Amino acid sequence: MTLELRQIAIIAGKEFRDRLRNRWVLAVALIFTAFALVIAYFGAAQQGSVGFSSIELTIASLVSLVIYLIPLISLVLGFDAIVGERERGSLELLLSMPLTRLELLLGKYLGLAAALTVSTVVGFGLAGAILTARLDANALFHYAGFMLSSVLLGMAFLSLALMISVLSADRTRASGLAIALWFFFVLVFDLLLLGALVATGGQYGGEIFPWLMLLNPTDVFRVLNVFSLDEVSTLYGLATVFPAGLAALWKLGMVMVIWIAAPLGVAAWRFKQ
Amino acid sequence: MSSAAIVHARQVVRRFGAVCAVDGVDLEVRRGELFGLIGHNGAGKSTLFKMMLGLLAPSAGEIRIDGVATIDTGFREVRRRIGYLPENVVLYDNLSGLETLRFFAALKGADKAECAPLLERVGLDAAGKRRVRDYSKGMRQRLGFAQALLGRPHLLFLDEPTNGLDPEAIREFYAILGELKAQGVTIILSSHILAEIQQRVDRLAVMANGRIQALGSVQALREQVDLPLWFEVRVAPADFEAVRAALGHLAVSAIEARDDHIAVQCRRESKMAVIEALAALDGKVLDLSVREPSLEDVFFVGRP
Repeated sequence: MTLELRQIAIIAGKEFRDRLRNRWVLAVALIFTAFALVIAYFGAAQQGSVGFSSIELTIASLVSLVIYLIPLISLVLGFDAIVGERERGSLELLLSMPLTRLELLLGKYLGLAAALTVSTVVGFGLAGAILTARLDANALFHYAGFMLSSVLLGMAFLSLALMISVLSADRTRASGLAIALWFFFVLVFDLLLLGALVATGGQYGGEIFPWLMLLNPTDVFRVLNVFSLDEVSTLYGLATVFPAGLAALWKLGMVMVIWIAAPLGVAAWRFKQ
Repeated sequence: MSSAAIVHARQVVRRFGAVCAVDGVDLEVRRGELFGLIGHNGAGKSTLFKMMLGLLAPSAGEIRIDGVATIDTGFREVRRRIGYLPENVVLYDNLSGLETLRFFAALKGADKAECAPLLERVGLDAAGKRRVRDYSKGMRQRLGFAQALLGRPHLLFLDEPTNGLDPEAIREFYAILGELKAQGVTIILSSHILAEIQQRVDRLAVMANGRIQALGSVQALREQVDLPLWFEVRVAPADFEAVRAALGHLAVSAIEARDDHIAVQCRRESKMAVIEALAALDGKVLDLSVREPSLEDVFFVGRP
């Protein structure tokens, strides 16, 4: 089967324009900017000081925030993509066009991913620009890395959202699944890991623990960011459990790419049936 | 396989679990034909449509359009020349009429310059910049129809196309179909209202329970089922017996006295003999009307 890029671009263009027009992109970008600035100036309040302290601590706080926010935003953005068209009845007309199901799926994904990427880059970029006077080259590099990994995290959860959208029989179930997935990856997964580690007294978990963390894109995101920051990695104590060999940026980046590709692959396979 | 046919369906079956929605359909639609598919909701029309468009794969059998099987990858090219108006068309509320057409024109590879004239053709030129959200049911249907005409298709599938249209719009709609037919476009339309399409189609297929129960021109179907027709003969009550006597020797199947007329039922071949016998009654007949059999009576009420 041939893939016509033109058809993918038409679908992607419509999705992206829809999100621009209903001001979704603007709203999400503003949320990111606001949160980033608030965290930069007040993030150290727990340590008893207010005002910009260090970029490393700011990024560490932002990472914690993004782990909650971006999966949620991505799942909400994407869960409706296919099941919504099916439930409203517009899917039939779309598929009667000279358009394959794979092209439709990829177009939807890319259009939504573009909206999410623009929101993330503009939102955090704006905050970065406001802070730029206080950042040196090294800090800027870390901040750029944080933005890039945020985009990857969003794309991974968007991929999961499209998978849900293809697999679900109706929108209600799709939204339920999306919420369940968010709870699982953001709240439950780490608790289970920690619980297992504590229950076994750390006897067995030691070696497989970092590998298990790769099964959760939010953990991969955390490790990606935290590990590049010397000050913070010791703070989190992650270096003690995460082997340096696995922590190479490109390896973790590859894991994220798999997290983007695999759910989309499942969606494409199921959508063809 | 005759080259005059554009649609070939051979022994097409479609099952949904235990339900057999389409059950062994054989059908050929000729190039340039205005073809009607008639049947109750649930008769299998929409399922057959979806299979002809390649939206559903047949469970058994095969459909070819322009010689290409609907499940072939090459069917994409055929689709560029097909227009489709789904039953209860759903469009995007957040787009305007013109944007809707531009979006589908892009997908179909049609010239965007077609969009504005098409809106005008379906009477939506004044509403082209308004969002579809604010359109009435009839306007959405018109927009859906304009969408089906993008890319100058040579084959049109219209599923219950006049749903939600007022009588004036229905007339305009069939006028456009007439123009398209004159240009050589093949049109397949479905309806559950036989009366609406029977005067307008070249041939029709009657579907029930997933099968084609009858196929042909309206005239041929009438003759095929050979339904009796009814005369309503208005005479003074005093002359009722005279009418009975005059028709007594003819092959009429029923003579019933009603309030102010006599109802006479006979077969088509006796029609002229009955009229002559009544004319011979020399002024006793005050009025006469003939009720032709309705195909609806045959296919939808019960078999004769």
